[in-house]
Amino acid sequence: MKILVGVKRVVDYAVKIRVNSAKTAVETANVKHSINPFDEIAVEEAVRLREKLPKGSVSEIVALSCGPAKCSEVLRTALAMGADRAIHVEVPQNTTLEPLIVAKLFSAVAKKENPSLIIMGKQAIDDDACQTGQMLAGLLDYPQANFVAKLDVADNKVTASCEIDGGLETVECEMPAIITTDLRLNEPRYATLPNIMKAKKKPLDKLTPADLKVDIISKLKVLKVEEPAKRKAGIMVGSVEELIKKLRDEAKVL
Amino acid sequence: MVPYPRFSFCRLLALFYTLYFCLSSTVLIMLRSNSVFQRLVRQPTTRFLSSSRSLLDAPSSLRNLTEEEGMMREAAAKFASSVVAPKVSEMDEREATDPSIVKGLFEQGFMGIETPIELGGTGASFTSAILVVEELAKIDPSISVMCDVHNTLVNTVFRQYASQELQQKYLPQLAESKVGSFCLTEAGSGSDAFALKTRAEKKDGYWELNGNKMWITNSGEAEIFLVFANVDPSKGYKGITCFVVEKEMGVQVMSKEKKLGIRASSTCALNFDNIKVPAENVLGEIGKGYKIAIEILNEGRIGIAAQMLGLAQGAFDCTLPYLFQRKQFGHEIGNFQGMQHQYSQIATEIEAARLLTYNAARLKEEGMPFITEAAMAKLYASQVAERTTSKCVEWLGGVGFTRDFPAEKFYRDCKIGAIYEGTSNIQLQTIAKQIALKYKN
Repeated sequence: MKILVGVKRVVDYAVKIRVNSAKTAVETANVKHSINPFDEIAVEEAVRLREKLPKGSVSEIVALSCGPAKCSEVLRTALAMGADRAIHVEVPQNTTLEPLIVAKLFSAVAKKENPSLIIMGKQAIDDDACQTGQMLAGLLDYPQANFVAKLDVADNKVTASCEIDGGLETVECEMPAIITTDLRLNEPRYATLPNIMKAKKKPLDKLTPADLKVDIISKLKVLKVEEPAKRKAGIMVGSVEELIKKLRDEAKVL
Repeated sequence: MVPYPRFSFCRLLALFYTLYFCLSSTVLIMLRSNSVFQRLVRQPTTRFLSSSRSLLDAPSSLRNLTEEEGMMREAAAKFASSVVAPKVSEMDEREATDPSIVKGLFEQGFMGIETPIELGGTGASFTSAILVVEELAKIDPSISVMCDVHNTLVNTVFRQYASQELQQKYLPQLAESKVGSFCLTEAGSGSDAFALKTRAEKKDGYWELNGNKMWITNSGEAEIFLVFANVDPSKGYKGITCFVVEKEMGVQVMSKEKKLGIRASSTCALNFDNIKVPAENVLGEIGKGYKIAIEILNEGRIGIAAQMLGLAQGAFDCTLPYLFQRKQFGHEIGNFQGMQHQYSQIATEIEAARLLTYNAARLKEEGMPFITEAAMAKLYASQVAERTTSKCVEWLGGVGFTRDFPAEKFYRDCKIGAIYEGTSNIQLQTIAKQIALKYKN
């Protein structure tokens, strides 16, 4: 069983994000970037499947990233965590890749690689689109289990517990299948120092969208990016009576 | 005393000399930079660094790390903030290192950073070790020193001076599960390291060790000890020899010292009472222990500089956000000019300490002389750590003085930097010696 894992390079979760001066996007220059946390969970899950399933069941874990040159950093992280090989679909700096295009690139790579399982983060923490996995399932016509909090693989079947509003939904599907990970699926390991050194020797192949015959021109246009309005300061009320009066007369919610 | 009249001959002469000196040195600097420039243009200099560092065709900034050095720093930072951070104050209060953290250090590969891969280590660069020590110190200088002593002193002594047999036997254990300890200091022998009194007597097929060591870092957890002992006091320091002693051979670890800072780190006295050490456990040549000790401490200092640097940065990082939360007189205190000038000064000093430390590390990797630079880095970084932490406590005001904030612990922890692996006075002596070599006829 071959597993394909998606990893995206995003602004680090601990960085306080700011809108750029042109108000067209989030500022990314001179900002610390890391692997998208949900993708880190995806890599961890793939590595855990290899550790959990009978030896040899998982033949290969391939990490895939689409983006500018620096995406090789997050691929190295994935390799250090336990992926065997990486593919980098490289695009020029400042190219916007919208979800449908990423899904098409993944689809083209998947057709070459024929993975039994594709594991991706449910969303990236930069644009929070939460679309790529689902679109990829559509393009490949594979079954999908999204927002997965628990995953079991046995007999060419995937059983996933998916987080839905107000509860958990159990989904069973045949492989090849697509899984998108939720926060509670696992807690990713840190790469150990020896594995960081080993990652350097693992293959990292570069492709271009042209190699995959995918047109990367955006169909969407971002008009403006703004920070949410600052929350107004609240007021202190003196008594329950005053609160009820304000809720009725001013907020008009009673 | 009669004051000099204005523009006296003496003064003119002094002025002339000053001018002459300035001009000539300026010309010298210009000449030098010019030749450097020409060399660069004619034949791009290539820097052969450690195996992990790629060839660069032009000199780069000291912030320039290889990809894996960056990843290792990141890994250390993550380990420190998620595994070590929650236990820092508890370990400080209990004056003990949590065994789960020691285990974590081994599991993550932090205990064999430069140890070759085939001996169970990571096979990474010296700078990688320095970065790990720095990152750990940002969260807990006690954990940092355990990692530092283990790597830059103990592992390095094995790698550089031990026979293949001793390396094969001990380096994998040191990388995987056993903490190492470097035992030089004695009650009567600190800066004057060669005055040590521990004796080793040759017997039939083994050495018998007798004596005491004091203030030994890591000794509470350690299972492998590098013990410096004299095989022949009549030869003075030329009798000093390094022995690999396992705890099971009978090392008695006395109770832990109660300390001002780095309280989680174990510092104990050791007792050797007729300990039998196998003949093959002599590390390096008999009578060359003094050389090992001196040389290893020269590079070990860069590790302590990194610890002090991380400590200063850690204190700074946990203090500054508060300055932009705390309001007095209607303004965030970080916006008062009196505060701005202070934290800008400290930030500059931390940057200077960082550059001294990284530069010493790279010099060492490049195989260049580094003794002066290492001593300067350790001296300065420990001074900066002291100033930074003192200021941080002050800037935080009342809360800074409480144990609820980490600043006071950093303030206590920093003081050791001026003491171990060569006191500040010894660093100054080392620097002075090198200066004299250069300028004295």
